[in-house]
Amino acid sequence: MASLVGSRVERKEDKRFLTGKGRYTADINLANQTYAIFVRSPHARAFIKKINIDKALKSSGVVSILTGKEIADDKIGGLIAGWAIRSEDGTEMKCPGNPPLAKDNVNFVGDPVAVVIAESLAEAKDAAEKVEVDYKVLKAVTSTADAMNGDTIHEGIDKNLCFDWLLGDRQKVKEAFDKADKVISIDIINNRLIPNAMEPRACVADYNAASEEITLYTTSQNPHLSRLIMSAFGNVAPEHKLRVVAPDVGGGFGSKINVYNEDIVCSWAAKKINRAIKWVAERSESFLTDIHGRDHVTHAELAVTKDGKFLGFKNETIANLGAYARVFGTVTPTYLFGPCATGVYEIPAAYTNVKAVYTNTAPVDAYRGAGRPEATYTIERLVEKASMELGIDKTELRIKNFPTGFPFKQTLVHTVDSGDYVAGMEKAKQMADYKGFEARRKESEAKGKLRGIGVTSYFEACGIAPSAAVMSLGCGVGLWESAEVRFNPTGQVTVYTGSHSHGQSHQTTFAQIAADELGVPIENIDIVHGDTDKGTFGMGTYGSRSLAVGGIAIVNACKKIVEKGKRVTAKMLEANPEDVEFKDGEFIVSKSNKKKTIGEVAFACYLPGVRDEMKSPLPEGDEPGLKETSFYDPSNFSFPAGTHIAEVEIDPETGHVKLEKYTACDDFGRIINPMVVEGQVHGGLAQGIGQALYENAEYDETGQLMTGSYMDYTMPRADNFPEFNIGYTCTHATTNPLGVKGCGEAGAIAAPPTVMNAVIDALGGQEVTMPATAEKVWKACKNLKKSNTKAA
Amino acid sequence: MKDFNYHSAKDSKEASKLASSSSAFLAGGMTTIPSMKLGLATYKDLIDIKNIKKLSGIKVSGKSVTIGAATKHVEVSNSKDVKKAIPSLSSLAEGIGDPQVRNRGTIGGSIANNDPSADYPSACIALNATIHTNERKIEAVKFFKGMFETALKKGELIEAIEFQIPEKSSYQKHPNPASRYAIVGVYVAKHKGDVNVAVTGAKSCVYNDKEMSKALSGNFSSSSIDGMDLDSSEMNTDMHASAEFRASLVVTQAKKAVDAC
Ligand SMILES: Cc1cc2nc3c(=O)[nH]c(=O)nc-3n(C[C@H](O)[C@H](O)[C@H](O)COP(=O)(O)OP(=O)(O)OC[C@H]3O[C@@H](n4cnc5c(N)ncnc54)[C@H](O)[C@@H]3O)c2cc1C
Repeated sequence: MASLVGSRVERKEDKRFLTGKGRYTADINLANQTYAIFVRSPHARAFIKKINIDKALKSSGVVSILTGKEIADDKIGGLIAGWAIRSEDGTEMKCPGNPPLAKDNVNFVGDPVAVVIAESLAEAKDAAEKVEVDYKVLKAVTSTADAMNGDTIHEGIDKNLCFDWLLGDRQKVKEAFDKADKVISIDIINNRLIPNAMEPRACVADYNAASEEITLYTTSQNPHLSRLIMSAFGNVAPEHKLRVVAPDVGGGFGSKINVYNEDIVCSWAAKKINRAIKWVAERSESFLTDIHGRDHVTHAELAVTKDGKFLGFKNETIANLGAYARVFGTVTPTYLFGPCATGVYEIPAAYTNVKAVYTNTAPVDAYRGAGRPEATYTIERLVEKASMELGIDKTELRIKNFPTGFPFKQTLVHTVDSGDYVAGMEKAKQMADYKGFEARRKESEAKGKLRGIGVTSYFEACGIAPSAAVMSLGCGVGLWESAEVRFNPTGQVTVYTGSHSHGQSHQTTFAQIAADELGVPIENIDIVHGDTDKGTFGMGTYGSRSLAVGGIAIVNACKKIVEKGKRVTAKMLEANPEDVEFKDGEFIVSKSNKKKTIGEVAFACYLPGVRDEMKSPLPEGDEPGLKETSFYDPSNFSFPAGTHIAEVEIDPETGHVKLEKYTACDDFGRIINPMVVEGQVHGGLAQGIGQALYENAEYDETGQLMTGSYMDYTMPRADNFPEFNIGYTCTHATTNPLGVKGCGEAGAIAAPPTVMNAVIDALGGQEVTMPATAEKVWKACKNLKKSNTKAA
Repeated sequence: MKDFNYHSAKDSKEASKLASSSSAFLAGGMTTIPSMKLGLATYKDLIDIKNIKKLSGIKVSGKSVTIGAATKHVEVSNSKDVKKAIPSLSSLAEGIGDPQVRNRGTIGGSIANNDPSADYPSACIALNATIHTNERKIEAVKFFKGMFETALKKGELIEAIEFQIPEKSSYQKHPNPASRYAIVGVYVAKHKGDVNVAVTGAKSCVYNDKEMSKALSGNFSSSSIDGMDLDSSEMNTDMHASAEFRASLVVTQAKKAVDAC
């Protein structure tokens, strides 16, 4: 049987998605359901003096109106940060309470203060307009860089500082800098982004008064984790009385990791009113209240010798957490950021210092890449600048500082098991025709255009992550994953996984893996996910962990099935289990060549006895049935890496940046389905290039979101991109049996510095901030013209 | 969205009779519906004019192209007649918004709305258009009054827009990267006697840039406007572009338009 792993198997999901048969949360309608509309703060920071619901209660169709007071009275818990970070001075991080409905203070535009529940959506909306909230408006803090100088947002949190964290050794870094021939320094801003999943958030909560069970359908990347949080911290219901179902999820990019206010409020209120409640975000609510991403202000320095060896690295960053610290809000700018900030280089001394600040803006949390795009942007912009200042070719300088071998003990935390960075660089250069660039630059110049080339070499730590490691670093949970493989008596297989797909094609790729492991045709394998009633438990999908952690759990559960199958076969064929081999779906006794198919074995497991023709006694000690579970805890992160090269052409008269060529050469280890991986790479690149050239979430000084719709927030479109030139080098991970590494975030990690390095190259080394909009680039072109005229 | 009454008018007369101070005509609905949804506008009555036959269609005579007010952007961009007579007008229509917007939005709705960064108003000015309403004919230069403001009276219905066919013309838009409306759009049209340089997006309302029109009337070459330093004091500044950048773009886009003629 040909192996399915590695082939372009068509997606099992496509039929459903392409024919409109996907089932998303908003598609769910329950009998007798009501509709919720949230009354949200129009102010970025205010004290709630009074809420008057009298008029609204009289509005037609209103079932109930609930505020922060009721939720507090019912002792419903708030939203939490899932990762405890300690400051350099040893103190614990400082997190404010974040009630699901604000009671006393609102802290960003969109912070919910009340929920209106009515018989119809229109009635809920009408009534919501009649809720009168009397606010005392306070001065908002919105700037990341100045947040520590602003008014105190949360009582008792001095300077709006959540933590002041250090990773690395300041003293060693100082010594390294003292020895340096040259110090390259850079000030950069990692612009704030809005994830913009195609499917807006939604939830439908139902309560069964007889069984006292709450069922919550919600747009979640991790329903099991959501249930745990809602139960343990939200106090919504004990875990066994709370079922969380995330049906098809239309994109998340991290924004659907969090349990949100609406999930808790609707679940709680459904029980209170003893009716189902449906809420679907409008796009403008998504802009305001989905978690945002990035938003760092960084000063970084690189100490180098004159021939280009890196000696030391400093990274001083202010990270904006927004109004509250959420699930991955505190780990994203620390352990997901700091360790990767030294990039793919051997740098003997390094530190990263992060001051995480609160502001009156939407909470900032993990967004595709989470910390690693910010890290890669820092080091790769710095290295590119070093190559300009040292006059060393940008690819040579990188190669010079690549690790000499693997495992590569990276400066700050990670031990990278495998990779071949030089091979990746060489292949990328070839794919991009790096050598031919100067000729292309001249051609552009002849047309009056500026052309630039930019390079990024990156690695990232994903497949998060070993429980022991993350818990020692402050994580509130262990990041293992579970899988359960069940055979039916008639031989088909259902695989339950704790990972969840919000666009990653797990129903295809996981089935490919199980098909290969079990020798069962892929049509006979179903992948089930997204429901806490189906499957044991799971940590969910983020941090490119589904395959490298969740996929391995499936492999391990399959291996247990095969082990049992060997014992059963041996008993049936009166052989020694050690003499039974398994290949392509058949158990073969090596000595006699007698065999049983895995289907026959499964059947036998469900009919454990002897009757007429049928002889299927179970081996002693084995129970009937064929079902195995694995909880897989990885031994390490996985470390995809690669080199990307971009070429841009700039029209100096309009400042328009045209991305002419984009080459991505990635090492994702073993590739399960190249078509799916291409999709992931394309999507990641679109978001990464979007960050570099188009996207920016902007608040004004009063905390109003200026880019609250697609009229002002530039979502990249297909016509913004060239044909992507994609290639791979595959060094298999040594830390998992499949040799896989993870591919979901790489594009979003590598693309921003690659594109910006190209833009800045075209601009003769002048810094511009992301996104490189026409006006910024136009201004830089004017400066360039001025300085060229001066020089001439 | 608040409740409203929906009417489908069978002719212009009925449409204008139904109109009141709390009504709007419903053409493509691409502006009206979103503003109602967002609560920026509320109407008691929406008067659908799409079924009025007379309002749709394209006619080309020797000197002019006449487009019915309810003609959709996609119809203008696909029209072979328009492509032949005024190719720049067809490509302007092709550059409006996205396919969904072009499949519903209409030329009449666009100019009645007079968004400061809409594309069609510049075509009207550059191509010496005449706006035909159910009551009168209005010259384009007198039609566009200010930001979202036109010479239309309450209940007055645009029936058609008549464009003068120029010798040469080109429309060059620097789009807002998000909305794809014009940050600056410049429509240059060379007629027998003179040249019009109509600018949209730069100020609160579309206008004819007299200085550039004059320079180009004298010498129809981009060199005659190269480096022109326009007064930016009345130009818009927003998060997408400053007045200074817009002033520069007006010249750049005008040069491009002349070169493309
Ligand atoms: C996402 C998006 C992108 C867009 N991008 C662009 C762009 O790039 N460039 C651009 O120019 N435009 C753009 N538009 C606007 C688009 O062109 C609309 O079609 C136009 O503004 C309104 O036309 P409509 O037919 O939809 O009018 P409607 O929304 O139906 O009506 C708008 C107004 O015009 C009035 N009206 C309509 N027809 C008549 C008539 N015959 N007589 C008198 N009054 C009338 C109505 O009473 C109403 O007040 C965009 C719109 C959207 C939603």
